[in-house]
Amino acid sequence: MDFNDTAEEAEFRAEANAFLSQHLKPKTPGALRSGGREDFLERAKAWQKTKAEGGFAQITWPKEMGGRGGTVMQQVIWGQEEAKFDAPTGPFAIGLGMCVPTVIAFGSDEHKKRYVQKALMGEEIWCQLFSEPAAGSDVAGLKTKAVKDGDEWVINGQKVWTSGAHYSDYGILLVRTDPNVPKHKGLTMFIVDMKQKGVDVRPIHQASGGKEFNEVYFTDVRIPDSDRLGEPGMGWKVALVTLMNERLAVGGSPGPDWKEIMDYARSAGTLSDQAFRAKLADWYVAAQGYKLTKFRTQTALSRGETPGPENAIGKIINANHLQDICNSAIEMQDHFGLIVDKDEAPSDAIFQESFMWAPGLRIAGGTDEILKNIIAERVLGLPQDVRVDKDKTFAEMN
Amino acid sequence: MNFDFSDDQKFLRDEARKFLEAQCTTAHVREVLDDDSKSHNEGVWKQIVEMGWLGAAIPEEYGGLGLGMLELCVIAEELGRALAPVPFGSSAYFFAEALKIAGSEDQKSQLLPKVADGSLIGCIAVSEGPGEIKAGNIATRLKDGSITGKKIPVTDGDIATHAIVLVKDGSGESLVIVDLNQNGVSREPVKTLEPTRSHATISFDGASAELLGEAGNGMALLDQINDRAAVLIAFEQLGGASRCLEMANAYAKERVAFGRAIGGNQAIKHKLADMYVKNEVARSNAYYGAWALSSDAAELPEAAAAARVAASEAYWFASKENIQTHGGMGFTWEVDCHLFYRRAKLLAVQAGSPAVWKEKLVSALEAKND
Repeated sequence: MDFNDTAEEAEFRAEANAFLSQHLKPKTPGALRSGGREDFLERAKAWQKTKAEGGFAQITWPKEMGGRGGTVMQQVIWGQEEAKFDAPTGPFAIGLGMCVPTVIAFGSDEHKKRYVQKALMGEEIWCQLFSEPAAGSDVAGLKTKAVKDGDEWVINGQKVWTSGAHYSDYGILLVRTDPNVPKHKGLTMFIVDMKQKGVDVRPIHQASGGKEFNEVYFTDVRIPDSDRLGEPGMGWKVALVTLMNERLAVGGSPGPDWKEIMDYARSAGTLSDQAFRAKLADWYVAAQGYKLTKFRTQTALSRGETPGPENAIGKIINANHLQDICNSAIEMQDHFGLIVDKDEAPSDAIFQESFMWAPGLRIAGGTDEILKNIIAERVLGLPQDVRVDKDKTFAEMN
Repeated sequence: MNFDFSDDQKFLRDEARKFLEAQCTTAHVREVLDDDSKSHNEGVWKQIVEMGWLGAAIPEEYGGLGLGMLELCVIAEELGRALAPVPFGSSAYFFAEALKIAGSEDQKSQLLPKVADGSLIGCIAVSEGPGEIKAGNIATRLKDGSITGKKIPVTDGDIATHAIVLVKDGSGESLVIVDLNQNGVSREPVKTLEPTRSHATISFDGASAELLGEAGNGMALLDQINDRAAVLIAFEQLGGASRCLEMANAYAKERVAFGRAIGGNQAIKHKLADMYVKNEVARSNAYYGAWALSSDAAELPEAAAAARVAASEAYWFASKENIQTHGGMGFTWEVDCHLFYRRAKLLAVQAGSPAVWKEKLVSALEAKND
């Protein structure tokens, strides 16, 4: 049992680190989230291009797709090293992590030629259009419909919670093409040009104050049949491939952790409080538990094994603890803790900012409740929830 | 990156599990539970001794198998799964490890071979009353090589042949080794929450004692011993917590209420998912503790504390919610749920309560970040 890289892993890590040092500044403590700034998108595009030219974009993709043809372990190492730097990767996470792999898996040669390279070079950004107002956790309950008209499909409906739709060029779109079969069987996936007529992107003003997500309205949007991904009615299968890729995407929970609140408590003189110390221990143990669980996953990957479901615990732990840590830090500041002005509030107001962001994290990418269902059903093998719509057609249920 | 046990260690685990599933069932545990005169299951103990598990982490020069701490961790997890009603931990985690870190060459060569061959059963005697063991609170005295005082409760104190005892002497607190089969030592069984591991009051009245380590260094040594034992106990706790989840899971699939298996209800599913999350957190922290223990890493104090805090929480939660999942059945004497509930509590307080370890953990983090 050790934590050392193999010789090959160490060599790759050194190579990755050298490349990163050459192009980026190390991440500074406190600079937890660098999104939202005016020049962020341009910086992100430039970094994606640099990364692609250096051969570090999409490490596991085959070389003919512009990837490195590397291993999953190398992807993990790259992710760890990149996280040490001030790397603007956010706008590309969904497209390159989820959408474009779906295009590679189900698209035609034309699609691959047209889209993959441009996405890889940071020239085009993608979004993923699955969620709808009436279909959150129950994704397959979506209502946006597509009706065939000659060689085209005509789309009408609404998507919601679409990250980055306001700066995206293309999207993968899951719609209902047949309401007269059970809900999972009547879906179809398309590539959609986000800049075309009839696509209306409206940013959502979030509880946190930010506007990272959008509603997207489709009014008589026409998509050629040639931009269909997979056969009509096979959309759920295609979507599952997208969602599987989501799990491979490396990501942590942005925001202050046990260390930040410990540092704050020390500066505020409250680190000696016994009740606080007990909570601090719990936060440390949970954070350490998740970090070390990822090491177990890496061990499986480095042996060429498929990791087990251990990582499913991450989102349940992280989002809850972020919320709890921020709540404690604010209460520790007493009445003053309400202040969100970065110049006035301790620690550049990161506790206040993350306090308002945390409720969203507990919902995005699967709510706590859905993740617990996943653990219960897929890991522990417990019976599925009652699904009264399972054997009925979508039309009968709506 | 190799954050896992080796194939050889996994083979040892499989063999240990096979043996314990066959030879140390809960029926064997209940033989001790139901009979006040029994302090342990002699048949199980005898076989464990014969397999050499007590000497797994004792060097060959002292009569052990000379494997290592990781192997002892593997064995501990399996003993925890099986609720083994034997004085293994007292002898192997506390007594032997204390000798290994603080014993003189003479003490090691005299006593360790006897631990390994089972002719000596060791225990540790530190508690004298409610609350954390603290310097200055120790009433048991050492004077001119003989000790006077009372320790309660001492796990396995009724069957142990030797004890490591925390005493007060002229230089502060010290640890001493006491042969329990001598005049000046008397023992009374104590009834506890966990009757499958026996406990005793040990009274010393002028018994002869031999220093372990330096005089006045008792509290520091006890910390080191507890750090090592904490990792090993964390593996026992992990084994027990895993069994609780397995039991609850099996019952939730089998028990039908309102026309369906109760495990189809989210209230039960989410409870079991919470158990799973806590168990995984405990497992990962325990592995880190095992690494720190086996490599004598400087991180051992915080790794041990994190392992213990996580494992205590996981076992507590799993053992109480296992009873809850079983409903009225779970509260009966006949169903095994309460055996785990009892053991969970023993293991959570035996080497210092979770609150004590949380404080140790935060102190270690503070020291590191100052």
